[in-house]
Amino acid sequence: MALVEIRNVHKSFQRDTQVIEVFENLTLDVQDKSFTALMGPSGSGKSTLLNLLAGLDRPTSGTITVAGAQVNAMTPSALAAWRARHIGFVFQSYNLLPVLTAFQNVELPLLLTRLSKKERDERVRIALGVVGLGDRLEHYPRQLSGGQEQRVAIARAIVSDPTLTLLDEPTGQLDKRSAEEVLTLLQRLNTELHKTIIMVTHDAHAAEKASQVLHLEKGVLAP
Amino acid sequence: MNLLPLVLANLRRHRLRTLLTVLGVALATFLFASLRSVVTTLNAGSEVASASRMVVTHATALVFPLPMSYRERLKTVPGVEAVTWANWFGGQYGDGKLFFAQFAIDPESYLAMYPEISVPADQRAAFLAERSAALVGKGLMEKAGWHLGQNVTIRGTIFPGDWTFTIRAVYTPTVRALDDRSFMFQYAYLDERTEHRVTPGWYVLQLRDAGLAPTVAQTIDETFRNSSAPTKTGTEKAFNQGFVTMWGNVQFLMNSIGMAVVFAILMVTANAMMMTARERTGEVAVLKTIGFTDRTLFGLVMAEAGLVTLTGAVLGLGGAKLLYAGTAFNGFGMLPGFDVTAGTLAIGFGVALLLAVASGLVPALRAARLSIVQALRHVE
Repeated sequence: MALVEIRNVHKSFQRDTQVIEVFENLTLDVQDKSFTALMGPSGSGKSTLLNLLAGLDRPTSGTITVAGAQVNAMTPSALAAWRARHIGFVFQSYNLLPVLTAFQNVELPLLLTRLSKKERDERVRIALGVVGLGDRLEHYPRQLSGGQEQRVAIARAIVSDPTLTLLDEPTGQLDKRSAEEVLTLLQRLNTELHKTIIMVTHDAHAAEKASQVLHLEKGVLAP
Repeated sequence: MNLLPLVLANLRRHRLRTLLTVLGVALATFLFASLRSVVTTLNAGSEVASASRMVVTHATALVFPLPMSYRERLKTVPGVEAVTWANWFGGQYGDGKLFFAQFAIDPESYLAMYPEISVPADQRAAFLAERSAALVGKGLMEKAGWHLGQNVTIRGTIFPGDWTFTIRAVYTPTVRALDDRSFMFQYAYLDERTEHRVTPGWYVLQLRDAGLAPTVAQTIDETFRNSSAPTKTGTEKAFNQGFVTMWGNVQFLMNSIGMAVVFAILMVTANAMMMTARERTGEVAVLKTIGFTDRTLFGLVMAEAGLVTLTGAVLGLGGAKLLYAGTAFNGFGMLPGFDVTAGTLAIGFGVALLLAVASGLVPALRAARLSIVQALRHVE
C-alpha cells in the first residue's frame, strides 16, 4: 500500500466568472521512503498538488489519502492537528519568522506537541545538527545566508519527524553551491533517515537527486 | 502550549510602535482614573455627611445670610436636638497661592455636632478660651509649615481688613473624605470685628432621628416661607452635593471626557494592531501550515493586544494610584481625600480589558479566517 494515494482528484478555481481547471481525474501513488521530484512548467499545478497533499487546500472532488488518513474529509481543526503531526513543509522563500532565532523557528512545530522543554531542546539541537547548523542556534534569520535559512527551514520541517516532507522549489532562490548543499541534505534525509519526500522543482539537476521524477503538464501526470 | 515567547517576540518586532501604543493606553487609563477619581472624591464628600444632620440655608442662594434670630426658633422645631451655625469667610493668605477654606463657627456647638473633627482636649480648651484663636486642619498645618501658637494674618475679601488669628488647636479628621486643610475660627470674633453686622451663612441641625428629616425640613421651610429670609432645608448630604453641582454636571463632564479619551486610544490601538496583523499575513499562513489551529492564532493575536493594553493599564492606573497617594494630591484644597479607589482601579482594568478585546478582535478574526493558500500566494 502506497503512503500517498491520490484518486480521481479534480480541482478547479473560480476567477471572476471564469472557471480554471487545474486537475481532472488525477490519480497518483507515492511510496513510503521514496524521494519524488515533481516537475512541470509554471501553471501546470505542481504547487496546487503540494497544497492538496499538505491539506492546505481541498480538492473539488476525489480523495487524497496519506498514511491511511483521508485528508480531504477532515475538519479544519483536525486538519491542522494532522498537519502538525504528519507534514513537514518547506517553502521556496524559506518563510522563517524573522523575530525568532534559528532555534526558536525550529522549535515552533514542537510547541504544538506535549513534549517537555528538555525534550524539545534535544530535538531542535538534533534537527539543526542534521542540517549542519548546530552552531547557529541563536542566530536570527537576517544573520544567516540564504542557504543557511533554507536549511533551518528544512530542520523546522523535519523536527517533529513527520510522515511526509513536502518542498516547494526549495532551491529556487539559492545560488548553485547552496542549492547543491540543500539537495545533498535532502538526499541524505531520504537515504539515511528514510524520510518520504516530495519536491516540486523547475530545476532538472535538482530533480536528478530524486529517486522518482514525475512531470505534470496541464494537470496531467507523466513519468 | 507556551506561546508567550512568540507573543513577546512579536511585540519586540516594532519596539517603538509597541512602546508608543503601551504609553497611549497608559495615558488613557491614567486620565480615566484621574477624572473618575474627581467624581468619586466629590461623591465621597457628600457620603461622609451624617444622615441625622440637616442644613438650613437661604432659599435663594447660599451667599445670602440668615438672621441670628432663627437660631432659637430652629431649636424649638420638633425633632431638632441641637443647632449650630457657620459662615464662609473667604479671605486670602499671603500672595493667595496657598488656598484654603476658612469658616467662622460657633465653636462649642459646632465641635459637639461634628465628632469626626478630632481635637486634643487641651487644644480644644485653648481654642474655646480665646476669641481670636484658630482651629486648623493637620494637612494645612503641614502644607503651610505652621505651628501651634503662631499668628496667621488673613486678608478679608468679603469682610475687609487684615485678620490676625493665633493657632491654638489642630484637628485631624477621623474620616478620610473630610477636608484636613480647613481653617476655622470663632464666629464671635467675626461678629465683634464687623460690629454685629454679620449673621450666619447657614445653620446645621442635629436631629433626634434621621427619619424625621422630611418632616423637619417641611416644618422649617413652612415657618419661614413668608419671612424676609425664606429657607431651604435639606440633609447635609444634599447640601454637600449642592457644592458639587455648583461645578455643573461634573459627573457627566468627567465621564464624557474619560470615555472620549478611551475611545481615541481605542482607535490608535486598533490601528496599531491591524497594521501589525497585516504585516504578518504571510507568517500567519506559515504558522497555519506548520499546524497552528485557527483558534490558537486567534488567541495569539488577542494575547498580544491584551498584553499591550494591560501593560499600559498597569502603568496608567498604577501610576495614578502611586502619584496621587505619594503627593497627597487634594486638587488645591478643592478635593479633600482625593483617592484612586479600588473601584476605580477595577473599572479601569475592565476598560483596558474591553480595549484589548475591541482592538484585537478584528485582526484576530482575520488571522483565524485567513486562507493559507491565498496568503502564501502573496508571500511566495
